[in-house]
Amino acid sequence: MNTQQPMEDRLWDYIDGLSSPAERSVIDGLIASNREWQQKYAELLHTHQLLNSSELEAPSMRFTKNVMEEISRYHVAPATKSYINKNIIRGIGAFFLTMIAGLFVYVLSQFKWSGNSSSGSASAPSLRLPSVDNLGLEKINYSKAFNSTWVIAFMLIVVVMGWMLLDMYLQQKRKQHGH
Amino acid sequence: MHTELTDTEIIKRILTGEQAIFSILVQRYQQYVFTLVHRFTDSREDAEEISQDIFVKAYRSLADFRGESKFSTWLYTVVRTSCITFLRKKKLDITSIDNERTALQLENRESGFKANAIEQKSRHAMVNEAIRLLSPDDSQLITLFYKGEQSLEEIGRIMGLDPNTVKVKLHRARNRLKEKMEKHFSYEIRELHND
Repeated sequence: MNTQQPMEDRLWDYIDGLSSPAERSVIDGLIASNREWQQKYAELLHTHQLLNSSELEAPSMRFTKNVMEEISRYHVAPATKSYINKNIIRGIGAFFLTMIAGLFVYVLSQFKWSGNSSSGSASAPSLRLPSVDNLGLEKINYSKAFNSTWVIAFMLIVVVMGWMLLDMYLQQKRKQHGH
Repeated sequence: MHTELTDTEIIKRILTGEQAIFSILVQRYQQYVFTLVHRFTDSREDAEEISQDIFVKAYRSLADFRGESKFSTWLYTVVRTSCITFLRKKKLDITSIDNERTALQLENRESGFKANAIEQKSRHAMVNEAIRLLSPDDSQLITLFYKGEQSLEEIGRIMGLDPNTVKVKLHRARNRLKEKMEKHFSYEIRELHND
């Protein structure tokens, strides 16, 4: 079967007219000279012809009338492109990106960076990652976290962006009512 | 008179408010849509209802058709998503349940069927029945390629696949169809060969 597979694939491409001219002439030669290729070609061609001769099914006679009656109750909806404001999408994207960046900066600020005094290269800093024990929620100093300048700056940005999004939305609403 | 209009011309006129002209598109594509939908469901009634919904959906979102592809390609994308939604709603197994049921039905009536099959069934009906034995994906692929006048690239767009993947899937679908025909319609195929 495995040895037949490439032959079938090549023959289907040949029948569908997807082979290159060079490939077509090779297959023409194989069909003319090789009995196995000849038989397979006849078999596949027969399937192809049967499929080509298959007929479409028809719905009931009233079908068009039913559709037209149904659509008479509707209007063509405006194109999606016309009512999706790209600025709003960009704004939402920027909002999430800022949130991710803020979180990233906050996480980095929580790492303790210290010089490695025990090794010979004293100037190379080492990163002391928090151990699993140190990750207990009860040990997090929330007051410290919310007093951090980074966190406050980040929260301010998020709030400002939130207001900007709301403002854009309301402006758009007002414009629509104006029209 | 209307039949000479191209799909794009018709759509332009519908968008300017000529709703009635949509009937030309319905007449032009109803058989394609109905056949594709009928490949997904056994029931003609369901197929007709889904096809009707597809045309209503297509009409309502006609402004979204930007002419980047053929209207038929765009319409078949609506067909595919609607059929998948229908199957999800019905909680049917896309690949197996329908086939097993149809195969069983076929085997049950096989004894009476063979005796006068050629008289009772045309070659077209046999091919259609064999296509219906395939999975909905395989049968849609074959219908789109042979009857929907869609290229591999266009089928890829409809099914969300790469054209090369479509080609491979088409080869496999045809091989599976050949196997089904040999299994269920061997007598008729021999008769056809003898003709």
